[in-house]
Amino acid sequence: MGVEKYLGDSIFATSLSSVANWARKGSLWPYPYGTACCSIEFMSVMCSDFDIARFGAERPSFSPRQADLLLVLGTITYKMAPVLWRVYHTMSEPKWVICVGACASSGGMFDSYAVLQGIDRIIPVDMYVPGCPPRPEMMLDALIKLQKKIQKESLNDPKYQERSDYLQRIFEESDIEVKK
Amino acid sequence: MQENNSEKRAVLKDYSVLRESLADVDVLPEGIMRLNLGPAHPATHGILQNIIDIDGETIVKARPVIGYVHRTFEKLGESYTYNQFLTCVDRMNYVSPPMNNIAWVVAAEEIIKIKAPPRAQVIRTIINELSRISDHIICNGILGVDLGAYTGLLYLFHFREKIYDILEKMTGARLTTTFTRIGGLELDIYPDFVKDVKAFLKEYPKVLKDFNALLIKNRIFIDRTRGIGAISAENAIQWGYTGPNLRAAGVAYDVRKAYPYLVYDQVDFDIPVGVDGSNYDRFLVRIEEMEQSVKIITQLIDNIPDGPFKKEDYHFSLPPKNEVFSSMEQMIYHFKQVMHGISVPQGEYYSGAEAANGELGFYVVSDGTDKPYRIHVRRPCFWYYQSFPELVEGGLIADAISTMSSLNVIAGELDG
Amino acid sequence: MRHLDSSANTSLLKTIQSEWSGKIIRAEENRNMVVVELDKSQLVALMGYLKDKHGFDMLMDLTAVDFLGKRDIRFEMVYMLFATKNLQRVRVKVPLGEGEKVPSLIDLWKGANWPEREVFDLMGIEFENHPLMERLIMPDGYIGNPLRKDFPLKGRGEDYLIESILLPVKQELKAK
Repeated sequence: MGVEKYLGDSIFATSLSSVANWARKGSLWPYPYGTACCSIEFMSVMCSDFDIARFGAERPSFSPRQADLLLVLGTITYKMAPVLWRVYHTMSEPKWVICVGACASSGGMFDSYAVLQGIDRIIPVDMYVPGCPPRPEMMLDALIKLQKKIQKESLNDPKYQERSDYLQRIFEESDIEVKK
Repeated sequence: MQENNSEKRAVLKDYSVLRESLADVDVLPEGIMRLNLGPAHPATHGILQNIIDIDGETIVKARPVIGYVHRTFEKLGESYTYNQFLTCVDRMNYVSPPMNNIAWVVAAEEIIKIKAPPRAQVIRTIINELSRISDHIICNGILGVDLGAYTGLLYLFHFREKIYDILEKMTGARLTTTFTRIGGLELDIYPDFVKDVKAFLKEYPKVLKDFNALLIKNRIFIDRTRGIGAISAENAIQWGYTGPNLRAAGVAYDVRKAYPYLVYDQVDFDIPVGVDGSNYDRFLVRIEEMEQSVKIITQLIDNIPDGPFKKEDYHFSLPPKNEVFSSMEQMIYHFKQVMHGISVPQGEYYSGAEAANGELGFYVVSDGTDKPYRIHVRRPCFWYYQSFPELVEGGLIADAISTMSSLNVIAGELDG
Repeated sequence: MRHLDSSANTSLLKTIQSEWSGKIIRAEENRNMVVVELDKSQLVALMGYLKDKHGFDMLMDLTAVDFLGKRDIRFEMVYMLFATKNLQRVRVKVPLGEGEKVPSLIDLWKGANWPEREVFDLMGIEFENHPLMERLIMPDGYIGNPLRKDFPLKGRGEDYLIESILLPVKQELKAK
């Protein structure tokens, strides 16, 4: 979290919000969490024919700490769900999630014993992209719509406080000892 | 490099305490670290986890963990009809879906005991070979990327988009094509098909030569891949290898020559065979296979036979739509097939086809109804990935990455 | 590369029928392969014989079929062997009841490791002398054997696997 920490309770940020949002939306560095077929379509999006770098998503990083945008590409099973949860919570604020494909949004055509029926059961999602797999232009469209959504956000949004409270609660409930 | 490591390892402790199972907590000997080469890997390889015990940079024990993308194809197959299972099979090896479609249709047509007309067989062969080229582009390109050579992939990826364009004009989808049907093709080829494929064939060999020039005689590439991940022919047969990995180890087995299907007995092509089964040999075998695929398509593209593209026995394939709306018998055939499915004789059958990474086989048990009783998919990746610990133990972590990449493991096929 | 000689299957069938006449249940030729059905006590001996005397050096496939309700003996193990020199295939089937164990083929072929673990995981059939009889594909704490016929396709409620990470479901707004 950047600017939000210093605002406190009594400041409304309007122009500051629009400047911060402009900077954030123009440099959304993705973390392609590729599981199955949709990740092959993402490879097409990343290469020269449908370039995603022109929209600011220049550097796909494979370290969650250095990414802003989590792209969940492909089927998530019950075995994989804890890994996705942990990656999401390792990412630092601000972060957004685009859920690409039918499998990630709702389980897709695999309504069976091993497949999680939608990742919004475990992490909050900002944008859903339907398709099996979606065309590369649809992923670019989702990115543009997410950029418009980010522009309308406000730095006083209570969701940032909610998320840090949630993490605090998880930390306290678990048995992890923090060595001082 | 490996000789120096073995001298150093002789000084350190005994590794037999490192067990295969992680169910019990064991104390690691001195100097060993346990590292998780985790499931959230760079996207191109898919979801493969390895828990490795390392001593410096040398891997002492590797334990692969799979099952993170288990999409339950075998159980789904029991509730789908034979034609509907094509949609499942698409998603298995998602870098070359038409090959999976064709492998399933070959198995299903054998168990129903029908044959598709010659026009459909030739078109299926052409699309099969185009998909083989697209699979090998990914495998070899990504091997380059893992070693740091990103440019080669970018050159080849543009041609993969051209193959996607051909598939999209032919079937409507880029990746999940659901290409053929039992009894033939669903739609005939579009008018410019021959022109598009010929344009591709004219430009592709030159780009392949450029890609070769970047890598094959490159000193860094040779040092990083020659001799790494080597496997002998007897060992490969013990583990159940098939496909390019087996041919790189020296055994000349190709299902297209041994049990010919489609029109492979009428075309002339060679099978490249390697020497020691290392990463370098696998790379070269795949490059050579792409050139042989171009040769096969060149022989077939001018001689597509005329005739029906779908078997005109409408017990097994849907009649054309204009006849359904105008003729009584065709409407009844259509109704019966959509509501009650194809009636399949009872029995069991195994049939294998040469997918891009090995022999993709289907073992089907049928109980006489329109849905299969049990489908088992013989997935090639599953059989050769279990030898991964043997290939990487004693080597460095960077060599393990390049071995995993050159074996061509596709996670969707491995777990399903 | 030669194509398979069609008389090879017939001669193999005759040899097996003559040499193993009392020890197998049935041997026949099923379209493109010879199929041998026998009891599990003779399994390792027959596999060794086929590997050494007839050149079947590759284990091509290993699976199990569940015939719940259709046959008296519930399961059937199916093995497929392949000879790389003369390109011949053969299928061996072993009927198994509920709860019976099968000897493992890991001493003959190293490649039988994971397929046997997969059958244990998804069908619940145990193998003797296997070095690591654990779940391979389903998560570690999973209860049940999914590929059996009495296990429903949609599962029996798998939320216990991800209980600690599920987001709370928001309550619906009540109309005032």
